Amino acid sequence: MRGVPNSLRGYLDAASTEPLHPAAREVLAEAYDAGWADPSRLYGSARRAQLLLDNAREIVAAAVGARPDEVSFTGSGTQAVHLAVLGTAAAHDRTGRHLVVSAIEHSSVLHAAESVPSAEVTRVPVDRSGLVNAHAFAEAVRADTAVACLQAGNHEVGTVQPVGEVARLCAERGVPLVVDAAQAIGRAAVPADWAVLTASAHKWGGPAGVGVLVVRRRVRWRSPSPEDERGSGRVPGFENVPGAVAAAAALRARLAEADELNRRHSALVDLIRSRIPELVPDVEVVGHPTLRLPHIVTFSCLYVDGEALLTELDKHGFAVSSGSSCTSSTLTPSHVLEAMGVLTHGNIRVSLSRSTTEADVERFLTVVPDVVARVRAITGADGL
Amino acid sequence: MTGLPEPDLTVDCRSMRCPQPVIELARRIADVPAGGVVAVLADDPAAATDVPAWCRLRGHEYLGADDAEPGASSYLVRRSR
Repeated sequence: MRGVPNSLRGYLDAASTEPLHPAAREVLAEAYDAGWADPSRLYGSARRAQLLLDNAREIVAAAVGARPDEVSFTGSGTQAVHLAVLGTAAAHDRTGRHLVVSAIEHSSVLHAAESVPSAEVTRVPVDRSGLVNAHAFAEAVRADTAVACLQAGNHEVGTVQPVGEVARLCAERGVPLVVDAAQAIGRAAVPADWAVLTASAHKWGGPAGVGVLVVRRRVRWRSPSPEDERGSGRVPGFENVPGAVAAAAALRARLAEADELNRRHSALVDLIRSRIPELVPDVEVVGHPTLRLPHIVTFSCLYVDGEALLTELDKHGFAVSSGSSCTSSTLTPSHVLEAMGVLTHGNIRVSLSRSTTEADVERFLTVVPDVVARVRAITGADGL
Repeated sequence: MTGLPEPDLTVDCRSMRCPQPVIELARRIADVPAGGVVAVLADDPAAATDVPAWCRLRGHEYLGADDAEPGASSYLVRRSR
């Protein structure tokens, strides 16, 4: 592993965004020089841009187990989700306007589902570990279900969903499954039976502003956007060729180091999961103990103000996020924690980046007990 | 009421933000005897999840909620021990 800049010490928020991978940085300037032209034109520099784009598409396709012509690059992971949900729903609108989603999908999926014209959305509940029951999910599918959506792994608590089984059950019922794989790609294998898949490059160390939309050839999909000849008619607008090239380079590098990183991250997550309840009184570690993404671990501290916790940890040089309501712009708690029925206040999500070291985690484990005790003392909640 | 018992004590947590309602509940639960019922009156949306979660973590019985008034709910807890 290369040297880690000081600014990344204590960065434990990789699930929000992973810093640019060195492999992406290496090719970015070169890609701007070689891939600036309009890939749809018929001259040398345009063909070069098209070739770079095709190459990036092939790398991403291989990584997700798809064909290159099934892959499109979007302007963000959120745009990919919007196009996935709305485009699949539009192509299946004769089937009906019913959508099935898990209760703990990313908000972009929930908002996209609700925005399907005349949509009726069924949210499938999860258990306390954040796990969807595959058969309960399949039972929510009806004759008029146009689209089903299930994330590969949860962005807040790390629980991995039974996507393979749900995809098969949906396929048996003729319902396309959209899989939001934003947290999984580059870290965990995603079973192959999905119909549409979305991802986001900055989550695996690619540049911001590059999302991935994969639509299987056998799946009906109709663009929800005004007509546009670009992006194979799937994604409107001029292609971000250098961004796609850098995203693909980051993904290839990330996959090459995935085994080592996953081993390291899993061991550090296990350490946090076992040590936090020993070090901090009245704490609940949430998320599934074994069916989990390698890099995310979440816990909630009783009687603790989440915002104060984030502020104190920031003072100690730690960047983490929280699902507590006091840290959200809407002042409502995380819908993920609510659906799981776990404590929503005093919540901390730790997500490990490729630059996270054991020393970072050890220092975190040293700092957290004091910080929690201090925040509890301020609200007079110590000794309750 | 929807089959929920009358509380022995009501803790008014309206206009308090999380985690304050749960802190108040923890402070006041000892004011009722074992088997007694405490109602937490709260308008913070987090209380709907956090009061039942507190009961589970602390070994008390969560009885349910009713809409006490527009924008606020009453969450009922039976002290176990």
